[in-house]
Amino acid sequence: MTRKDSVIKTEKLTKRFGDFIATDEITFEVLKGEIFGFLGANGAGKTTAMRMLCGLSTPSSGKATVAGFDVYRQTEQIKQHIGYMSQKFSLYEDLTVLENIRFFGGIYGLDNRQLKSKSEELVQRLGLQSETKKLVGELPLGWKQKLAFSVSVLHEPKIVFLDEPTGGVDPVTRRQFWALIYEAASRGITLFVTTHYMDEAEYCDRISIMVDGRIEALGTPQELKIKLNESTMDGVFYQLARGAKRSD
Amino acid sequence: MVTVNNITKTYNKGAVKAVDDVSFSVEKGELFGVIGPDGAGKSSIFRILTTLLLPDGGTATVDGHDVVKDYRYIRNHVGYMPGRFSLYQDLTIEENIQFFATVFNTTVAENHHLIEDIYIQLEPFKKRRAGKLSGGMKQKLALCCALIHKPTVLFLDEPTTGVDPVSRKEFWEMLKRLKQQGITVLVSTPYMDEATRCDRIALMQHGKILSIDSPQGIIRAYPGPLYAIKATDKPRITQALATHAPSFSSYIFGEYIHVDPQGVSSKYLTEELTTLLAKEGFREIEVMPITPTIEDCFIKMLTK
Amino acid sequence: MRQFFTFVRKECYHVLRDRRTLLILFGMPLAQILIFGFALTNEVKNARIVVVDHAKDNASQRIIAQIAASNYFELGEDVMDRDRMEMAFREGTVKLAVVFPANFHNDLVHQNHAQIQVIADASDPNYATTLTNYVSSIIRDYQTELSENAALPYRITPQIRMLYNPQLKGAPNFVPGVMALVLMLVSVMMTAIAIVREKETGTMEVLLVSPFRPVWVILSKAVPYLFLSLINVLSIVLMSVFVLRLPVAGSWLLLFAESTLFIITCLTLGIFISIKTKTQQVAMLVSLMGMMLPTVMFSGFMFPIENMPVPLQVISNIVPAKWFYIIVKSIMIKGMGFAEIWKETLVLCGITLFFFIVSLKSFKIRLE
Repeated sequence: MTRKDSVIKTEKLTKRFGDFIATDEITFEVLKGEIFGFLGANGAGKTTAMRMLCGLSTPSSGKATVAGFDVYRQTEQIKQHIGYMSQKFSLYEDLTVLENIRFFGGIYGLDNRQLKSKSEELVQRLGLQSETKKLVGELPLGWKQKLAFSVSVLHEPKIVFLDEPTGGVDPVTRRQFWALIYEAASRGITLFVTTHYMDEAEYCDRISIMVDGRIEALGTPQELKIKLNESTMDGVFYQLARGAKRSD
Repeated sequence: MVTVNNITKTYNKGAVKAVDDVSFSVEKGELFGVIGPDGAGKSSIFRILTTLLLPDGGTATVDGHDVVKDYRYIRNHVGYMPGRFSLYQDLTIEENIQFFATVFNTTVAENHHLIEDIYIQLEPFKKRRAGKLSGGMKQKLALCCALIHKPTVLFLDEPTTGVDPVSRKEFWEMLKRLKQQGITVLVSTPYMDEATRCDRIALMQHGKILSIDSPQGIIRAYPGPLYAIKATDKPRITQALATHAPSFSSYIFGEYIHVDPQGVSSKYLTEELTTLLAKEGFREIEVMPITPTIEDCFIKMLTK
Repeated sequence: MRQFFTFVRKECYHVLRDRRTLLILFGMPLAQILIFGFALTNEVKNARIVVVDHAKDNASQRIIAQIAASNYFELGEDVMDRDRMEMAFREGTVKLAVVFPANFHNDLVHQNHAQIQVIADASDPNYATTLTNYVSSIIRDYQTELSENAALPYRITPQIRMLYNPQLKGAPNFVPGVMALVLMLVSVMMTAIAIVREKETGTMEVLLVSPFRPVWVILSKAVPYLFLSLINVLSIVLMSVFVLRLPVAGSWLLLFAESTLFIITCLTLGIFISIKTKTQQVAMLVSLMGMMLPTVMFSGFMFPIENMPVPLQVISNIVPAKWFYIIVKSIMIKGMGFAEIWKETLVLCGITLFFFIVSLKSFKIRLE
């Protein structure tokens, strides 16, 4: 595969709830190994779009493929090839670190040998050797999030969807988290990230900004800043989202 | 207006230390920020000050009254907006405001001037139920409800968490106007970039206060210079620096890499860094000394 | 006081705006009355019965012929012995048996008095009563006919035996039972959930940090449910009077006064649960398992307490619904006055006071 392969491709993807158009003909492409920032104000339609791409919600119209599978007909195959992590639900707090790794690995069909080697590797990379028998609930938030991310890429998915993965995490851990993201990208995993931290938008290869259900801007952070004549991403976002008519 | 002396709070019979010997004070009319990540102990402090929790050790006063003994006085005189949206979703905007006005023994008319600016934005939707409002609007409504009885001190626990940058900006503008009306405001946030909007801030981590000062003071106290670097192939810069200048600390920061030489001072550091990167094959290199942000200060304190 | 009324009004908004709550509140009593009421109006037709005729004489044959002629019954095999009869009952193939003793006619002629045993399967009490009434009236007809041309009147006594459920629990007794059940559900569960919901959504935090005294928060949440429950009582009583034609024998005023007392008992229980629980789910589970189940089991409405083992009988005494059930039955069906039910009323008052004090003691003015 070359770097030019696209792993997510949408064309006029639309979702209506009655009269309300949650996502309005969005068209974009995400390449293999890319870190794609999916930005937007509250209620701009990010969550709806992400649900469609994860195969959890059927689009009203338009086309989309994820990892080469159709979002209408091949949702089961899509789920096999993606990972998902959100700020709200990630791991079972009342299971230990190792139990969580084994559980999620098991769901994705890793056999015992793979599970053993993968979990050892993961624990070592995160420096959690002494914590494997601890309940996840007892870990600090930052570690939980790092662990959750590592678990979501355990089965080597083609794409990982990260929904505000660093909310409320301290700045040092936040950067460690991004180091993990970069590392995953270098292995060829595509990362699809939402965030409210504008400095994190800069860490993405390309970003899209959604306003009122439509993608208003798409490009590298540098391109967007030049195009909108702003010196920071904060300014870019503000300029685009200020005119938003709706939210949530 | 608010004093906190050696407050300690533990949970699970002492197993978890949420607040660890914290002391600070807030002057009348000040906009005071408590800044730190989740689990730093921000909410516990706010709940102790609003008399919702008893501290395990230490004392605290609000408006000159003890938070344990005079809890009834404090409950009559402060405004509180908890971390999550806590209004009645099935009541309309109007009904929510009226309800809280009555609960606080006042009327909407009496203190209308306080909420006027904010209420004007809500008025077109006053018959809409709170559950059907957007995140930003809910926040404004919650602020109105917390303000309706003209509190002497306003406690806002993470009012901007999970809210998009545009709404956050608007919210801080509102707080600025409240401050101008003489209301003391304590606000907590995990967003470091919001620190500069406060008069003074307390940086917190693991139940402890790392530093208290004005944002400018905290920035001035940053030890040594800080550099921002920009070049092609950004992710590789930190690796290159870690190998060739192991004593330096470097981390990504937006579109730049920030480099703290950790005490190494040299007039020519800009040039030295440029040369080093050029030798490693980076192109379009930009190196410049910068003024640290609060986030840089926080990182420095955590990694010390 | 103004705060209190505002609070009550707000609470009414909550109830009126939640369709599910409304449905439970007002749909449930209706549904329960109709379901139980439907079971009541059972027309008897062609019920399968058997005759065990030890006499086989003129008199017994005459009566059997009349029973067979009636279209209420469908006569099974003519002659059966006792063992086979009991078997048939257990299998449920017959609902009623008529047993003539040997020498039936002789006794009647010589002693002017004879007995007939009527045995009914009373697991469905309404049905059993109806059947025995029909049989008794056929026997009475024969008796009158026989006595017309005799010097001394002949007496035939039907000895009625109800199998399985000798007390005939059920029948008109379900209305008081439904009342206890509905009030338990509305007052205990709804109140507990309504209070815990405020804890869950965080509004309790805001209310605590207000001049409004926390105790009043709780009390003013209970008030709307008191009125809603009274409306429920009224609708159940009206339905039983006009739909089921079961009149209130005693005083309406007393009935409502006692209902109010029971509602208050339930509200204190609901408040107690809300203080002890943190989530709506837990509150609901505790209300259902801890309150509804004992109400169904131990109020005497479904299962006769007299037939329970002694330990369970003792336990039944702490179930408030048991006392309320006795009270309502006494007023509605037996037409008794306060003089006969003051003891039960006192017990209810005691339980209420107990939970009220416990709730007050465990109530916290702060978060945990």
